[in-house]
Amino acid sequence: MNFYSNLNIGQKRVLWAWGFLAVPIIFYTVVRFYPTANAILLSFQEWNLLGDRTWAGLENYATLASDPVFWKVFKNTFLYLILGTPISLIVAFTVAYHLDKVRFMHGTIRALYFLPFMTSAVAMAWVWRWFYQPVPIGLFNNFLATFGIPQIAFLNSTTNALPAILAPAVWAGLGFQIIIFMAGLRAIPATYYEAARIDGVSRWTVLFEITIPLLKPTIVFLVVFSSIGFLRIFDQVFNMTTNNPGGPLNSTKPLVLMIYDTAFNGYDMGYAAAQTVVLFTILLLVSLLQLYLLRDR
Amino acid sequence: MTNLFKGAAGVSMAALLGTTPASAVEIEYWQYFFEARVTAMEQLIENFEDANPDITVKMNHFPYADYRTKVAAAIPAGEGPDVVQLFYGWLNDYVDAELIQPLPDDLFPAAQIEEEFFPMVSAMKQDGRYWALPTAVRSLALFYNERLFDDAGIENPPQTLEELVATAEKLTKKDGAGNLTQVGLTTGMTAQDHHWWREVLLRQFGGTPYSDDNRTVTYNDEAGQEALQWYVDLEQTHGVTESTFMDEPQAAFKAGRAGMHIDGSFRIGALNDTRGLKWGVAELPAGPNGDRYNYASYWVNAITSKAEGEKYDAAVKFMAYITSDEAMQIWLETVGELPAKPSAALTDENTGDAVYGPFIKGLEYANTTVFVNESAQRQAMTDMVSRIELQGQSVAESLAQAAEEEQKILDEYYSE
Repeated sequence: MNFYSNLNIGQKRVLWAWGFLAVPIIFYTVVRFYPTANAILLSFQEWNLLGDRTWAGLENYATLASDPVFWKVFKNTFLYLILGTPISLIVAFTVAYHLDKVRFMHGTIRALYFLPFMTSAVAMAWVWRWFYQPVPIGLFNNFLATFGIPQIAFLNSTTNALPAILAPAVWAGLGFQIIIFMAGLRAIPATYYEAARIDGVSRWTVLFEITIPLLKPTIVFLVVFSSIGFLRIFDQVFNMTTNNPGGPLNSTKPLVLMIYDTAFNGYDMGYAAAQTVVLFTILLLVSLLQLYLLRDR
Repeated sequence: MTNLFKGAAGVSMAALLGTTPASAVEIEYWQYFFEARVTAMEQLIENFEDANPDITVKMNHFPYADYRTKVAAAIPAGEGPDVVQLFYGWLNDYVDAELIQPLPDDLFPAAQIEEEFFPMVSAMKQDGRYWALPTAVRSLALFYNERLFDDAGIENPPQTLEELVATAEKLTKKDGAGNLTQVGLTTGMTAQDHHWWREVLLRQFGGTPYSDDNRTVTYNDEAGQEALQWYVDLEQTHGVTESTFMDEPQAAFKAGRAGMHIDGSFRIGALNDTRGLKWGVAELPAGPNGDRYNYASYWVNAITSKAEGEKYDAAVKFMAYITSDEAMQIWLETVGELPAKPSAALTDENTGDAVYGPFIKGLEYANTTVFVNESAQRQAMTDMVSRIELQGQSVAESLAQAAEEEQKILDEYYSE
């Protein structure tokens, strides 16, 4: 107490500031930095959850590099990213752009778009899984069969399965992106549009010269945010392919599912940690690259 | 009843005198949580404590997902169970990590175990000693839908593979465009078919899945090709099934959209709860030469390395009780899993039972796969069929590739 009362106001402020900061710092150290460091350490070891952790050096990484499944999974993960991010952003922007102009039942329509975002990914995945089933239970195929159109193998196909799983993932994230886009659209000062109207420029010019450039901070945020989401895709894939996780023939398996499988079915914790480190590095690089490309000059 | 009375009397005497038996010892038993298993074990513990008033058994159970981690963390710390339940496929890992100790030779002599138990428990033997024993086992059988059988005018379930195909053909229904609306037989390597193919069909066509030491894949030969061809023909030639029909084989059967379905004894409970489904059970069909095979799997109990001194003695007594005929019968009635000893399983009442009978008969000719990574090994089977169905790979090539992939899994495990 004596020590505290001897401090001047400036020092007391510093003490209090660090006192409050200590809580998140300790929290982050314990639940973020320590496990991350531990995972990196584990990626150089072998451990089956039961015995001791033994040193393996670079063996896990060597196995990874020569594992054809890993490269397939690597490709899938990027497919989710390069299909998912642009498609979801373009669709979300188109919807937001037009919804912004709609006055009739605006709130209700916006809520309808937001609804899937609030739904549990697991429940949603199972409903879509049922939609995709072949005759006699699948909604889509039953519909096709009614009109005499041949069935489409959605999930039981090496080419259709990945897009089929991506579709509900894009759909589910749409609500969030629309809300953010609309907030961004509303933030653009009306004076620019008024000036454009006086100049009599076309709607396309307004869109490409005013709206999109001024939406840049919103776009940067959404690109980074949704890229991370697609790189970490798991719930949809796992729940729609539980019988043959990531299948058929690994055609839908993303990195996170491979990590899960290696760790909790194969009990090969070191190898799973090595895969995690690779994923961590990719996420970091992709985020940094996007921030660099889309930075304000 | 007398035991119960004695136990109750003992407890009240102890309470009156304010003492506990001089050599009171408490041991812990761990298993993963599955309601019927916990109920059965509570019953067994009660009976055991009545017969051994100086021993108390405390049961702990955990969700399946945490089970392995908890065991691994607790035993080395001296905190965990004295008797532990584990999946038979984990035995090697538990032995290597020194989590369990071998059963004492004097009370559990290998020769006696081999005489008393079904032969598949030999998978629990390492270096001439037994490390663990099951209370109950599971085997496969053919479930069939009685209503669909009646509608199609079929009187008896098929006895051979040939009859299986013929029966399945009668039970298959298609719509005008040729889409299946009802399958004769469910299939799917992702369900129980990988066991059926590996331990039953393959052997019926004259092959073997693995070498005697379980370290080499031996199915990449002519017998393997014939067995695989026969299996994929069900869908491709006979058109009596579709591997993704109604998402999961058991779902199709439960919904009454499948005439026949191969599954394990653990499915009995779920099917009993399905209203409006009239089903029967038959032994798996015999092969081209009349041979019958089956696959059995089980959970085992073992004494952990933590149990020492008095606790070890108590743990041994407990092991002896939970592997007794009486315990097995209680387990069958409560959980629906089959006794691990012929003396308990092959009673007239059990073999004559319309539901349990076919499973129990299957135990006599059942084999157990010594898995090193069950899900990865199943995946090799699933992919083997997928390559043929989705990519048009030839049976011989796909089989060779599967054998190679599975051999890699075995090599990685055994090289450590």
